[in-house]
Amino acid sequence: MQNAVLAEGLAMRFGETRALDGVDLAVPSGTVLGLLGPNGAGKTTAVRILTTLLRPDAGRAEVCGYDVVREAHQVRQLIGLTGQYASVDEMLTGTENLLLIGRLLGLTRPLAKRRARELLERFGLADAAGRAAKTYSGGMRRRLDLAASLVASPRVLFLDEPTTGLDPRSRLDLWQIIRDLVADGVTVLLTTQYLDEADQLASRIAVVDHGRVIAEGTPAELKARTGAQPLVVRPADPADLPTVLRIVGDLSDTAPAVEGTVVTATVADPAVLPAVVRRLDDANVLVAELALRDVSLDEVFLALTGQRTAAPALPEGVPA
Amino acid sequence: MTASIAVPAARVRPAEGLRQSASLSWRTLVQIKHNPMELIDFSIQPVMFLLLFTYVFGGAIVGSTGDYLAFALPGIIVQNALFASLNTGVGLNTDLTKGVFDRLRTLPIARWAPLAGRIAADMVKQVWALVLLLGIGAIMGFRVGGSPLGLLGAAGLLLVVVFAFSWIAVLVGMIVSEPEKVMIFGFTVMFPLTFVSNAFVPADTMPSWLQGWVEVNPVTLLADAMRGLLGGGSVAGPVGGVVLWSAAITVVVAPLAVRAFKRRV
Repeated sequence: MQNAVLAEGLAMRFGETRALDGVDLAVPSGTVLGLLGPNGAGKTTAVRILTTLLRPDAGRAEVCGYDVVREAHQVRQLIGLTGQYASVDEMLTGTENLLLIGRLLGLTRPLAKRRARELLERFGLADAAGRAAKTYSGGMRRRLDLAASLVASPRVLFLDEPTTGLDPRSRLDLWQIIRDLVADGVTVLLTTQYLDEADQLASRIAVVDHGRVIAEGTPAELKARTGAQPLVVRPADPADLPTVLRIVGDLSDTAPAVEGTVVTATVADPAVLPAVVRRLDDANVLVAELALRDVSLDEVFLALTGQRTAAPALPEGVPA
Repeated sequence: MTASIAVPAARVRPAEGLRQSASLSWRTLVQIKHNPMELIDFSIQPVMFLLLFTYVFGGAIVGSTGDYLAFALPGIIVQNALFASLNTGVGLNTDLTKGVFDRLRTLPIARWAPLAGRIAADMVKQVWALVLLLGIGAIMGFRVGGSPLGLLGAAGLLLVVVFAFSWIAVLVGMIVSEPEKVMIFGFTVMFPLTFVSNAFVPADTMPSWLQGWVEVNPVTLLADAMRGLLGGGSVAGPVGGVVLWSAAITVVVAPLAVRAFKRRV
């Protein structure tokens, strides 16, 4: 299968910061690659290079066989980018935003209008088509931004944290839109901080940290590498904490930790869960919460790097 | 239906670039429709200046408001146009900080189209302000004494200077980190530049060291040229000076501005 996106040894430095430190990527045509990593890992920098917005200091990259530096103009005819910040013109209406892009792409006025109407309808923005984008909600803006990157029917779509800052409903809507695009044969490279997002959308995931790809594989492969899932138990009565700690400690692979009234430990074998339930029942401990949580990005990171991710505590709007 | 291209073109043809610039000009102008404040900003402000200067200071400066209007309207037109030229920088910087340029740069359009489109749209706004000021001025009693050709000449000369000054605005807009800073630059440079001229008052009561600058200030030269072209006097001297200044500013600043633009956009 041909690669729609190919990057070799991409390196980029901003002053003292090494944003990218030799990144190799390959996205076969028609597939979705999730670029997973915490804030500041270099995801956005990689996307900006691949979409011709930045020139790499070293390495090379191509989209559909065109070099992103030497043949930037050709690349721009094949790609669409939806950034972390919806780059729509707030002063224009939804229709006008898409009309502008259509006209810039060389569509005639009637054709550009038709395309704008199509896309607004498809993304549930028909009712808001005549309103200035500054009156849109975050989710609507993001959808308009995505619509703007689809006016040209790109072969390769880059989505930089497409759902960051969106409410759960808008997030699900956007996921469905992305799935539909993939079904239409569009190649997608998306960055995200959320494992579940990559899990939902991506056929392969590349985990990025400190400007390097530290792991690559299918979502299942990556989760398997962590080998364990977090077990969480919260007794209804905090007085039972020592008992819970003992029981969990007996059954889990790692020494359990206590945070407030919650006991957590990692377990590799899902059969541990019923065992914990039985033992707790035997000891007459009532639990308020008992769960085997899905592996989070944090756990994947922990397993891959041996350290926690830099807490994603950066305020929204800080470029990664 | 699709707009994708089987074999991507290697570059933009100049005619396409012009058409893209026109689309981007349209975009800047259609913004006004949704933000009437902007229209007020470049309409009310110059008219207010005109009314205040004429009726508050006019009598004190030259004895009668009528005489003052004949003297000051061309000056106010110049002052307003130069201030408004900064909007080019404000607009470019806003696009930069809001991410609009990221969107434009991922499109297969001419790299210079966003710049050309912005400058062209701002020229349209300049013409609007000129027409407005001349219209209000006419209501207040200003008589265009020159020929229609003189009027066209005045408009043309004003746009030449505005074009030269807009390179300064582009440069500032590309250097500063936020749109407000373009205006701060404007106030610290444009105020002294336009006030230390004969745009509002004759220079003969100013200290002699200041008069030296007033005489060569492009604002003075342009105001004098506008007075001549609108009023029907001799204009050869100031027009020559104005053209020289505009050429000098363009030759020096435009390459720097284009370089700054290419680096950030």
